Amino acid sequence: MTLMTIANTGRNIWRETQASYAFVERNFNLMKRYWGWEAVWLAYSIASALSITYIGAGMEQISGASVDTNYLVLYLLIGTLLWRYLSIVFDAISEMIAWERWEGTVEYTFMAPVSRVTHMIGQTIFSLVWGLFFTGVIFLVVALFFDLNLEEANLLGGAAVLIASSVSFVGFGIMAAVLPLLFPERGAQMTNVVQAILLLISGVYYPITVLPRWMQVIARGSPATYALEAMRAAMLTNAAWAELLPDLALLMAMGLVTIPAGAWIFSRAERYAKRTGRLKRTG
Amino acid sequence: MANKALEIHEATKTFGGGGNHSILAYVRGRSKAQKKAVVALDNVSLTVERGEIFGILGPNGSGKSTLVRLVSTLMIPDRGEIRVFGHDVQREEAAVKRMINRVSVDAAFFKKLSPMENLIYAARLYGLNARQAREQIVQILTRLGIEERSIGEPLEEMSRGMQQKVAIARAFLSAPILLLLDEPTTGLDPRSKQDVQAFVREIQAKHDTTVLLTTHDMKEADELCDRIAVIDKGRIVAMDTPEGLKARISHNGHAVTLEDVFMALTGKQLAEE
Repeated sequence: MTLMTIANTGRNIWRETQASYAFVERNFNLMKRYWGWEAVWLAYSIASALSITYIGAGMEQISGASVDTNYLVLYLLIGTLLWRYLSIVFDAISEMIAWERWEGTVEYTFMAPVSRVTHMIGQTIFSLVWGLFFTGVIFLVVALFFDLNLEEANLLGGAAVLIASSVSFVGFGIMAAVLPLLFPERGAQMTNVVQAILLLISGVYYPITVLPRWMQVIARGSPATYALEAMRAAMLTNAAWAELLPDLALLMAMGLVTIPAGAWIFSRAERYAKRTGRLKRTG
Repeated sequence: MANKALEIHEATKTFGGGGNHSILAYVRGRSKAQKKAVVALDNVSLTVERGEIFGILGPNGSGKSTLVRLVSTLMIPDRGEIRVFGHDVQREEAAVKRMINRVSVDAAFFKKLSPMENLIYAARLYGLNARQAREQIVQILTRLGIEERSIGEPLEEMSRGMQQKVAIARAFLSAPILLLLDEPTTGLDPRSKQDVQAFVREIQAKHDTTVLLTTHDMKEADELCDRIAVIDKGRIVAMDTPEGLKARISHNGHAVTLEDVFMALTGKQLAEE
């Protein structure tokens, strides 16, 4: 490889990195301008997390039977926080086209000399940073209301599950982002349906074994199922790394398959949208 | 660099009707879908020389915007070939994107963001240094008559004319060698229209930029364009200099306008905004 080729490659990487940052910076600027919406959404999410967690706190009184309240509170809290985080990641990626359609900028962004992968990387970085911040704030507020006992928790294991689940959800988000590209009027709603199904089948608030058998089969296709099982194992029963490893490997493998597959599907969908003139429709 | 800025050869684009690629065609059946087919562009061929301001004149729905979208890589033609400075828009999309920029009739911005935030976003997408771009943005926007204090305010607080000027500034920021202006002055007040037109002339004169301008404003086309193609129902019905077009029409003692030319060529009156 000649020096010239190396220099050109370096320049291209720098340009794409800078372009990725354009999406991160733009999204944070939009957050600042829509701060009222974000504040309302944060307040709603905190109230929702507290409401769900209080079900665990009140279960002994509801059922009249003796239960391990701390375990139940943590079980529900892990479900609600991890789901909130994964939802933010999924939303930010799956709605990257829907946002642009809503603002009327989709053609401008698609005309710019940046690859779609760069676009997705920028959107993913934003979603991870924002998701962690948003969920972190919810956790801090909820922690003020409950005497949470995390002595049994494998915190590092939990962090590893968070990273692996993020990777797996990015791929699913990219695949779902195709819907607003192909269906300008209904695509955004379709992504919400996908999210609602994942919420139902993935065992966010209950073990998937309580679901009908056919739903349990579908649940095994959802990365959230493995993420929640692994996170609960790490945080509630101090599962060792060896126990977490199969789920971590599966989550990473899901990401490694779904991210390139999602990017490929997206590129085909983009071509289809350009052939049929669907980019210009604002939806 | 090639002297032909833009070469369009037999470009054809049809919407609806299924074609070979619509999911609906298979669901609804081809015959029903084919009834709805609309030919937006029909075998359009033209060449724009480097440094030219080339006008596409036609009424609403004549195919002007489709043509611009094909050149700007936002659509794929059913048939035909389009080259920008020798680069094929489909096979060398990335190279073409670096050479062009487009201003559309509706200023496509994140309206909650300020002109500065929108233009910095654009600068980063086009690989410009953000710090240098900041200085350049202030310079261009103030040159276009936008007050410095407005540069940090949300765009939604600006008039449409001002927003369109920001759109022009954004396009100019990336220093395109082919600038696609899709009805950039439609809906603007006369003063804003003049400002935009003066800026287009300045860009073309100082920076050797080639401009493809679509408009249904006869006066604008007459004053700005070196050559004009008249388009109707997706077909080019005439192509010449403004004077050449006017010379085709008998004048019966009065000065011929482009409006007269258009009526004579198509039997229609152009819709003014």
